[in-house]
Amino acid sequence: MKMSDMITPTIKNIPPSGIRKFFDLVNEMKDAISLSIGEPDFVTPWSVREAGIYSLEKGHTHYSPNSGFIELRTEISKYYKRKFSVEYNPKNQIIVTVGGSEGIDIALRSLVGPGDEVIIPEPSFVAYKPCTILTGATPVIINLRVEDQFRLTPEILEKAITPKTKVLILPYPNNPTGAIMTREDLDKIVEVLKDKDIVVLSDEIYSELTYEGKHVSIASYPEMKDKTLIINGFSKSYAMTGWRLGYACGHPDLIGAMYKIHQFAIMSSPTTSQYAAIEALRNGDSDIQMMTREYNRRRRVMVDGFRKVGLECFEPLGAFYVFPCIKSTGLSSEEFCERLLSEEKVAIVPGTAFGDSGNGFIRACYAYSVDNIVEALKRVERFVAKIKK
Amino acid sequence: MEEILELLESNGKLTEEQMAVMLGKTVDEVRESIKKYEEDNTIAGYTAMINWEKTGKESVTALIELKVTPQRGEGFDKVAERIYRYPQVKACYLMSGGFDLTVIVEGKTMKEVALFVAEKLAPLEYVLSTATHFVLKKYKDKGTIFEEKTKDDREAIIL
Repeated sequence: MKMSDMITPTIKNIPPSGIRKFFDLVNEMKDAISLSIGEPDFVTPWSVREAGIYSLEKGHTHYSPNSGFIELRTEISKYYKRKFSVEYNPKNQIIVTVGGSEGIDIALRSLVGPGDEVIIPEPSFVAYKPCTILTGATPVIINLRVEDQFRLTPEILEKAITPKTKVLILPYPNNPTGAIMTREDLDKIVEVLKDKDIVVLSDEIYSELTYEGKHVSIASYPEMKDKTLIINGFSKSYAMTGWRLGYACGHPDLIGAMYKIHQFAIMSSPTTSQYAAIEALRNGDSDIQMMTREYNRRRRVMVDGFRKVGLECFEPLGAFYVFPCIKSTGLSSEEFCERLLSEEKVAIVPGTAFGDSGNGFIRACYAYSVDNIVEALKRVERFVAKIKK
Repeated sequence: MEEILELLESNGKLTEEQMAVMLGKTVDEVRESIKKYEEDNTIAGYTAMINWEKTGKESVTALIELKVTPQRGEGFDKVAERIYRYPQVKACYLMSGGFDLTVIVEGKTMKEVALFVAEKLAPLEYVLSTATHFVLKKYKDKGTIFEEKTKDDREAIIL
């Protein structure tokens, strides 16, 4: 038996990531300065860690209910009402998942299959497209433009909608561009969607990391509430990536469907993480404020640095990435990043990792110390000067 | 512009240019604010956080609880002033509770600190009693934890 023949065509047809080798190289090169990792450099706030430790000391080491502890779902419900003015019933409209990524997976599996289309704006998080393909549905890619500040416009959206469209992924604040959608932007998107049978999968994992104004959830529009599924989690806002905890909020029928997959595939989310998350939601506001303030300062250093280097860089207003344009160097994204890594030992991710429309761009994360960022920018400057000579 | 104060408190090495970028202000605005803060003594000085235990320098810190008699018309302030003006006194706080003043004293040896308490603090006419506690180890001071900095060991992954 040849094992590779046993693998399903669906899996075989998912292209391997073109940048896998690049990341392996980054991990091997121990003295490289990295701006490539999309996770907070802060350690989880102490009170949250302590709550996790305390739950272990108390012996809370068993399964949680499939949907997550009701205390946690209640806190999530209060949080969404308090922060983003959307109300969900913790009993049947919220499910706790293993990271936001599980939420995306089980939502898509609940909603689409062969013959259906999922609209995915790109550049965006790497998992949307493969997760769609795994369901048998067809991803329909929308290429966002820097001229539109990488925002989804009603014109581009309308062009992508067909009778087969069942889901629109709305990934804001965006990884990798740092773009956000303002209320005015969303008003126009809601106009397009309000009368259509399309579910919006609103990935709001970076919602707390918004630097000017406040994040607006499309679910806060009454006409969109029942058609929106919110994906969120603790990884980014509370620096809890390793705890693997997320959640989804939406219509009871959709949450119920997701529950079915979740209970058989995953059973339940980690108990310790859930106890920590309860503390995060109850007492973590000041930690979020501190981290967001610090990210904002680093954001300005990074944008200013890339502009001084001579690379065009639109202003990211959310998440913790900048997405400068490197077209002026004449290199492709991969070439730029590979050469920068080998010649100056700085790791930055090629924009193409987030879709073809990311070509000509690179993603640099500013969840690093200012000293690290300043040194990396110096090296980028040296590299770009050499290229442009 | 209180953010400038926060930045300086967390990292006194930041340049005016760096702070200007971080706060989205002009260099002139930052410079002017710092000057104002220095003039009105909001910024009372610039120091570095040193973990002396990592050096060869011998030093001893003690926390001394003092019960004192407040002075007529001057309350505790006059007594405190008599005490905090000694260079050995690194900090002095008026307290609520079972005693009145906390005095942090530093010296080269325990004997030196003990002599200072016995010869300078205890005999002051308004001092009723002293209780000296020697610091054995500093874990955290002024918000800074004295431990080895952890390395950024996050691995690159696709996300």
